Amino acid sequence: MRALRAVTARRRARSHGRAHAGATPGDVLFQSLSAAAAFGLLLLLALVTLILLLGAGPSIQTFGFSFFTGAVWNPPAHPPEVYGAVPFVYGTLVTAGLALLLGVPVSLGIAIFLSELAPPWLRVPLTYVIELLAAIPSVVFGLWGVFVLAPVMRDSVEPAVQSVFGFLPIFSGTPVGTDVFTAGVILAIMIIPTISAISREAFLAVPQTQREAALAIGATHWETTRMAVLTYARSGILGAVILGLGRAVSETMAVTMLIGNRNAIFGSLFDQGQTIASWIANNFTEAGPLETSALIELGLVLMLVAVLVTVVARLFLTRVLRVLEVTE
Amino acid sequence: MNGSEKEAQPTAEELARLRPARSPWRKYAAVAAVSVVVVLLLAYGWTSGWFSPATESVTLVGAGATFPYPLISKWMSVYENSTGVKVNYQAIGSGGGISQITKKTVDFAGSDAPLNAAQRAGAQGLVHIPETIGAVTFAYNLPGMATGLNVSGTVLAGIFLGNITAWNDASIAALNPGVTLPSQPISVVHRSDGSGTTFVWTSFLSKENATWKNDVGAGTSVNWPVGIGAPQNSGVAGKIQQTPYSAGYVELAYTIQNSMTVAKVQNPAGSFVAPTLDSIKAAAQGAVSTLPSGSGDWFNVSLIDAPGDTSYPIASFTYLLVYQHLEVIGSSMTQAKAQALVKFLWWVIHDGQQYSEALVYVQLPSAVQSLNEATLGAITFNGQAVPHS
Repeated sequence: MRALRAVTARRRARSHGRAHAGATPGDVLFQSLSAAAAFGLLLLLALVTLILLLGAGPSIQTFGFSFFTGAVWNPPAHPPEVYGAVPFVYGTLVTAGLALLLGVPVSLGIAIFLSELAPPWLRVPLTYVIELLAAIPSVVFGLWGVFVLAPVMRDSVEPAVQSVFGFLPIFSGTPVGTDVFTAGVILAIMIIPTISAISREAFLAVPQTQREAALAIGATHWETTRMAVLTYARSGILGAVILGLGRAVSETMAVTMLIGNRNAIFGSLFDQGQTIASWIANNFTEAGPLETSALIELGLVLMLVAVLVTVVARLFLTRVLRVLEVTE
Repeated sequence: MNGSEKEAQPTAEELARLRPARSPWRKYAAVAAVSVVVVLLLAYGWTSGWFSPATESVTLVGAGATFPYPLISKWMSVYENSTGVKVNYQAIGSGGGISQITKKTVDFAGSDAPLNAAQRAGAQGLVHIPETIGAVTFAYNLPGMATGLNVSGTVLAGIFLGNITAWNDASIAALNPGVTLPSQPISVVHRSDGSGTTFVWTSFLSKENATWKNDVGAGTSVNWPVGIGAPQNSGVAGKIQQTPYSAGYVELAYTIQNSMTVAKVQNPAGSFVAPTLDSIKAAAQGAVSTLPSGSGDWFNVSLIDAPGDTSYPIASFTYLLVYQHLEVIGSSMTQAKAQALVKFLWWVIHDGQQYSEALVYVQLPSAVQSLNEATLGAITFNGQAVPHS
């Protein structure tokens, strides 16, 4: 009995994150190692920010706040050098938003199918395939995009969209296949495996009793999924969407190959654009000193955008999901 | 202690369930910890040379332009096989190469563009060694149209400025009598990444067209008035090949490897010249008389619009950059390494040239070879000339 009590005391101490007198050296070691890993991550982030700030110094001094309002990126080929971040931030936000818009509903559909609807013999192979998709390198998506997706978009999808929604300014212009719309589509395809795999895990974690309770009060299959599963798994969905968003914001290679790389603020999704990540990747190797510094500042902006977008997405989604819960 | 009532008195059964559940994790953690330690040790050992052979073998380190990389890569393997000297070249781009040689972290650099005044001031004593010659082509995709459309610098600048927008524009038609040109818009494709190819192309447009020079300029990346950007030569070539009525500029090797249709470009002598190894070599020969010495200012050196009836007008040297006084590199440069470096460079400009044509690079004309010989002959280490043989 005494031994039992000691074990429970230790467990309690552990569950409160403190090493009490009863803790073994192994406990202390493990606790300090994991704490070191956690704080090491923070330290790493701080160091990255510091290095970016140092590297961006010349650009910050030269352009000050106008870097955040400027829409022109004029390299040394044609002096004076002027660098502004607006077209890139805009392109990043639009493509990531488009990717979420197209990708999240599909991902949730896949996850619901896998966890709620699919016959058991289909679940495992399908899950493997989706997890495999998540591991495909982005340059492969990019190549596939250039040789398969872009021609299909140019010849079929974009003309079809235009024939229906052509009156909207965001679908005007001549579809060429290498544009913001195609970049958004490839990003959506790239984030679907991530979002659906994590959402599926979240749905599987929903206790069976939740579903049984819903079914017991006479809910249909869809109502059960909506009330019991989606609501219960909302924090998991949230995490999945934010991870997908992170990939969409920072994706480089596939976007570079498909977005058309034009440093302008576009009005139509069929125009060419540019994202922060693709622009940095494009220009870092051959940039002069001031341009390099401006690119590093752009990297800082990317970090800022990523943080802001994540916070906004979290707030927005929490609200949406809470509303969903209340209305049930 | 919320919810601890159950926890306070676990049954023996519960404990029995807990223990085996936890022990695999402990095992995983131990394995993970051990592997982390092993990886760290290996990494440390790697950087501190535990695994390198005890014999002193020389490794020459270079970095820079991507354009000559296939050729340099060939040189690296052939040279190591025949002499045992390792050459390590990182194709990180001309700009990166110049900044590394300026910081003296590499023994030599590769650059597609000659050093400008600021770069020369930052890395005094660097000499230029033209290693091979490349050319940039105007590649197009006109269904049913064979290779050899005639264009001029004025027409090309017009297309890339967005002033000439259709294939049947009068200025193109005037250069191609008897050819039926489609009344289709021209989709312009350009590089999205900074590159030596862009530098050569925009230098040509700047030389040919005042508007281009004043509004856009020449550089490794420019603010493009029109067009779609694609990464790398392969990206531009791919985009052109799958987009009917598109056109763009592509490095010669890529157009030949992908059998693309390319234009004949009008040279200053007035003739329309197709980009071939011969016409590019002719351009280099035409420009030989204007070349400075290796340690001179190469900023204005250009094979663009080189004289000669058969000279292709959009060509360029690509350079290796080394310090004339090798001791400035610091303690990593030894007498043995200095000798190995000069010997390697000597080999590159002589025996190494025979590998050029198979990889679609142009061999150096003999006059450029002798210029390089003089440059290499003037290289010193601690005040002593470094023998090349």
